[in-house]
Amino acid sequence: MAKTDIGPPHYSKFLPPIIKENYGKWAYHEIVKPGVLKHVSESGAELYSVRVGSCRLASVDFIRQVCEIADKYSDGYLRWTSRHNIEFLLSDASKVDPLIAELKEKGFNVGGTGNALTNIIHTQGWVHCHSAATDASGIVKAVMDELYEHFENMDLPAKLKISLACCLNMCGAVHCSDIAILGIHRKPPKIDDENVNKMCEIPTVIASCPTAAIKPNPKAKSVTVNEERCMYCGNCFTMCPAMPIADPKNDGVALLIGGKVSNARTAPMFSRLAVPYLPNNPPRWPEVTGTIKKIVDLWIANARKGERVGEWINRIGWEKFFEMAEIPFTDKHIDDFIFSVPTFRTTTNFKW
Amino acid sequence: MADIKTPLLDELEKGPWMSFVTQLKELAKKKPMVRDVLGLLETSYEEKRGHWKHGGIVGVQGYGGGVIGRYTDIPDKFPEVTEFHTMRINQPSGWFYTTDALRQLCDLWDKWGSGLTNFHGSTGDIILLGTTTENLQPAFDEFSEAGWDLGGSGSDLRTPSCCCGPARCEYACIDTLDICYELTMAYQDELHRPMWPYKFKIKISGCANDCVAAIARADLSIIGTWRDAMKVDSAKVKEYADAGMDIQAEVVEKCPTDACSWDGSEFKVNNEDCVRCMHCINKMPKALRPGDDRGATILIGGKATILQSAFLSWVIVPFMKMEPPYDEIKELLENIWEWWDEHGKMRERVGELIYRLGMRNFLKAVGLEPVPQMVYQPRANPYFFWWPEEVED
Repeated sequence: MAKTDIGPPHYSKFLPPIIKENYGKWAYHEIVKPGVLKHVSESGAELYSVRVGSCRLASVDFIRQVCEIADKYSDGYLRWTSRHNIEFLLSDASKVDPLIAELKEKGFNVGGTGNALTNIIHTQGWVHCHSAATDASGIVKAVMDELYEHFENMDLPAKLKISLACCLNMCGAVHCSDIAILGIHRKPPKIDDENVNKMCEIPTVIASCPTAAIKPNPKAKSVTVNEERCMYCGNCFTMCPAMPIADPKNDGVALLIGGKVSNARTAPMFSRLAVPYLPNNPPRWPEVTGTIKKIVDLWIANARKGERVGEWINRIGWEKFFEMAEIPFTDKHIDDFIFSVPTFRTTTNFKW
Repeated sequence: MADIKTPLLDELEKGPWMSFVTQLKELAKKKPMVRDVLGLLETSYEEKRGHWKHGGIVGVQGYGGGVIGRYTDIPDKFPEVTEFHTMRINQPSGWFYTTDALRQLCDLWDKWGSGLTNFHGSTGDIILLGTTTENLQPAFDEFSEAGWDLGGSGSDLRTPSCCCGPARCEYACIDTLDICYELTMAYQDELHRPMWPYKFKIKISGCANDCVAAIARADLSIIGTWRDAMKVDSAKVKEYADAGMDIQAEVVEKCPTDACSWDGSEFKVNNEDCVRCMHCINKMPKALRPGDDRGATILIGGKATILQSAFLSWVIVPFMKMEPPYDEIKELLENIWEWWDEHGKMRERVGELIYRLGMRNFLKAVGLEPVPQMVYQPRANPYFFWWPEEVED
């Protein structure tokens, strides 16, 4: 039997010599040009990281292609970032431009550094998940195509981090993104009484509902859903396959904006609802890409240098944002879940 | 192998961004399983719905997690994805690789699975998408033989992850890679055998920029910081100014606590007022650096929306030295897990348990003293509790 609990390989096996020699001794870095970071050690050693985007859904052949390039230019050393970017780690400055030339020739996307759009982090979507309300890889591809110039050029007011989660489970944890694309359902689950009885643990299903909308239905040995209280989170479906919630006619995408994870300047912030619903319109989701482009363009035109989307909106006020973005403000935008009251405006200070 | 038509997906081969469809189509030429994934995805694009069922219970010997069962709901149409399970492989700290290691992973996954991957999953693992129940054990055996192990899934410790830290970043105040590795190795049982109320994520960032989103995404967030004076080189500040940076507007006026100033020759930091947010250092890394007395701020409770709203992690230890063998953080983790395991309801994250039972019970149970750094402001209501020993009979 194979050995268990060996843990991951020790990271030191994968560090290039320049990193081993300068581990913990880096003095500063600069962004030489879009996609190229230069880290300088106290010893004077210089490490170049060349960043390219990648599809999160990657084939082994793609990774092998990346390996060929890394063997040629970075002595076989590379890393991935937390946002699905690949970084080739070069200790030889003269190889940076030839590497970029080959990458571009082979269709790789070089960029994602500094005040640019970085790669979109996302979930599985229809390619692999049972609870997806929308696809992931497809929308991501369409949005990256739409905003591509901002990946290649560092021409934005600040960093732009877009994330996608294909349902409210948010395994992509999109809740602190400049722009979060979130798959949503809009109708309560259907209850397959016969299978609830067979497949599901009823007390667990009842407990899974954040609004206590699920009650036992002893007659059918099943459950009922108080449809007025259901906000379609799908958590019951996660616990009980006999409560399907997917609905091709009504599922779609919400956009939440203005979040950030960094502590720089301001504390990390949640993204907040901008657009409650856009339809699933595969293969290229034009309503989603168009709305995101409009928001990004508005931010570019109006933010001060260095302002993330949320910092800009906090300065001008959400009432101004909705007016400028020409996005209708609806009853959906006003929180009615458990921590709603602190979001209500308890002052007469607001803008017209 | 029958050719498969994907007119909708073909539209996603257009445009400047790299296309996952092109990768799938290439792989489908040699992998029937991927051909059926393409067919199934095209069907989803036509119908605007997914075609996967809930995972069944699958796994490998000796493990309770690390493998996620997946089956299509239309196996008659796409028999090759009748079973399409996922394996999570624990990534190396900081996601550093050699091409030898990557090729080894690719060859093994070519042999035993679909050849589709995620580099990386949301928690940080190498995700290997798509294999059969039959292949799981032999695949695991060969991964193990090659030195790779499974990551977490279900109600267990999820695979810890960290930023690139001191390997490639001058901001790193702690050795994120080593902490990540040591915690992962210390808690292999917790990682591989789900036995808790729900999942528990640990993420380690070297500084307050928090590149692995630890505050947003981890139940236990370890963020590098310092507590002495930051280092300032005014001559280098002047270089940034001479190169065109508006130090007053871009640095001084952006400081959240008005803790720095610039008169054209001297950049001053009032370290008493500095909250170490990293903004000025981010703007001028050649001129400004963290201090020498380095350690971490420990925060707890971060999570996404399900079930009781998203939480950002909050401070429980303002400063902890982080030196091997990291006994202090290990002891804290074990205390937290013991309390959560005892009191947590099924599928209740530790942050939600603290919300339900109160910070005072949590702090007492894990042996931490309340300090003002834990809150933005004290409570505004008079509904506080007294311990029996604090009042007279």
